[in-house]
Amino acid sequence: MSITRDEVAHLARLSRLDLGDDELERFAGQLDVIISAVAKVQEVAAAGIPPTTHAVAVTNVFREDVLYPCLSADSALAQAPASEEGFFKVPRILAED
Amino acid sequence: MNTASELTRWTAAEMAAAVAAGEVSAVELTTAHLERIARTDVQVRAFLHVARDSALAAASAVDAKRASGQPLGSLAGVPLALKDVFTTADMPTTCGSRILAGWQPPYDATIVNRLRSADVVILGKTNMDEFAMGSSTENSAFGPSHNPWDLSRVPGGSSGGSAAAVAAYQAPLGIGTDTGGSIRQPAAVCGLVGVKPTYGGSSRYGLVAFASSLDTPGPLTRTVLDAALLHEAISGHDSCDSTSLDAPVPRVVAAAKNADVAGLRIGVVAELSGDGYASGVLTRFNDAVELLESLGAKVTEVSCPHFGYALPAYYLIAPSECSSNLARFDAMRYGLRIGDDGTASAEQVMSQTRAAGFGAEVKRRIMLGTYALSSGYYDAYYGKAQQVRTLIAGDFAAAFEQVDVLVSPTTPTTAFPIGERADNPMAMYLADLCTIPCNLAGNAALSVPCGLAPEDRLPVGLQIMAPVLADDRLYRVGAAVEGALDQRRGYRFLEDASGIDESDDATGEAGR
Repeated sequence: MSITRDEVAHLARLSRLDLGDDELERFAGQLDVIISAVAKVQEVAAAGIPPTTHAVAVTNVFREDVLYPCLSADSALAQAPASEEGFFKVPRILAED
Repeated sequence: MNTASELTRWTAAEMAAAVAAGEVSAVELTTAHLERIARTDVQVRAFLHVARDSALAAASAVDAKRASGQPLGSLAGVPLALKDVFTTADMPTTCGSRILAGWQPPYDATIVNRLRSADVVILGKTNMDEFAMGSSTENSAFGPSHNPWDLSRVPGGSSGGSAAAVAAYQAPLGIGTDTGGSIRQPAAVCGLVGVKPTYGGSSRYGLVAFASSLDTPGPLTRTVLDAALLHEAISGHDSCDSTSLDAPVPRVVAAAKNADVAGLRIGVVAELSGDGYASGVLTRFNDAVELLESLGAKVTEVSCPHFGYALPAYYLIAPSECSSNLARFDAMRYGLRIGDDGTASAEQVMSQTRAAGFGAEVKRRIMLGTYALSSGYYDAYYGKAQQVRTLIAGDFAAAFEQVDVLVSPTTPTTAFPIGERADNPMAMYLADLCTIPCNLAGNAALSVPCGLAPEDRLPVGLQIMAPVLADDRLYRVGAAVEGALDQRRGYRFLEDASGIDESDDATGEAGR
């Protein structure tokens, strides 16, 4: 067993996914199979091999420091679930106590 | 006078030439394809959104441009099916997800801008696995698309909607994205040409990100030349994408017209065959290799010893990037918001929204990526996968010292039945076994049809792989195979596709 149901519940919290018990159960079994399979990478990779982060490396990408048009506040807010006076309106971000 | 159903069978190259010569109008072409969609999409389910009005307006603008003598774009008046992962200012963009249902982006993706500049007519947005995660379109929140060769089977994925549309003659051109095979695999199982350009050759600006170091937009078409024309139209440097390559676009159209493989060195990848491959896939693949040899290519076997580790490395790297990229769906600025009752906290609303808005595969990958990036596991999983990525790139570099291109089957099997792998994630992942190495190394690859598997009469794809920015070689080889097989057969490959019920009875359903 490479991953337990409790660990999956922890991952779900970190991932901001409010999962039900049945989902946790099902995902625990599936993730266990997947993690066991992908652990195969540990067979080959040894110290001294540099990591590759990008398929085709590009370095020092700059552009001229000039102004160009961007989204207006109205169009940025047009698809917001809620907005007020030119701002995104969000649920409370602090606990009450 | 051409009948509407004849028009939809033309190639994109023929359509563009006919529009430029005034033999057919862009409005006629667009109308014919919209009618075809209305007749057949009740069976195929390729489109999530058909943009009838804006397509006809774009077509009228092309006709007006021609009438007034203005220069036309390279694919003027040719209709196209666009994967619903690109932002469009005049159409919704859902990525096949409930979390973005009905979302109307405020800007066009660079690919969309380039299509509009080429005077292409965008017919609508096509179905896909949610956020491009899947190999069958079964992970779409809006139901699967169906393979035009056999409606009970998947059209592949994640760009399965675009592939099904092109194979069903609903459009001659499709745009997909390829992160682990999501253009080439649907192309193979729908009997089409599909190309993953060199990473950075086609812009990601306005492409809703899945795995940023792998995502690559590219063409899905019925012929190699059509793919080349679309490839040239969408490619080239974009200052809005920091990974875009500032290099000349490979001369893919000239290469597709050249179609000469005499003297070309072709390597058969030893590791991409054997157990787990359908016998009909290997039969057709071996036939294609013999064909290339008969056309003058020098064929040798090449070993890429680390390719067996590509799939596990991919299923660590792609989920890791996905878990980070999909954090933007937080219910605050756009998309779905659930549970905002005035008392729930932002964090509770976020967690409830994501649980309700994402499907099972997306949740699995977010959690898998979160796991692989966690302290304590990072070095053992994500770190090792990045080292494997270096080894795969090294295998390619060594192989391309010996040969000009590599070949393999595109997929281990032909199209599988809808539902067969839906509850078995690992079985689904194996569909991308042969295509993933090129995503990890960033080099270019193309799938071209190489016949029907004898056991099920379903299409098989030949994958051709070329070095970074040598995309033109793909088209030389692809066009040679396509030309020789078309000549031997006496008609185009896709004419054998007969899954769609073309009778008037079947099409009556569209009105229900």
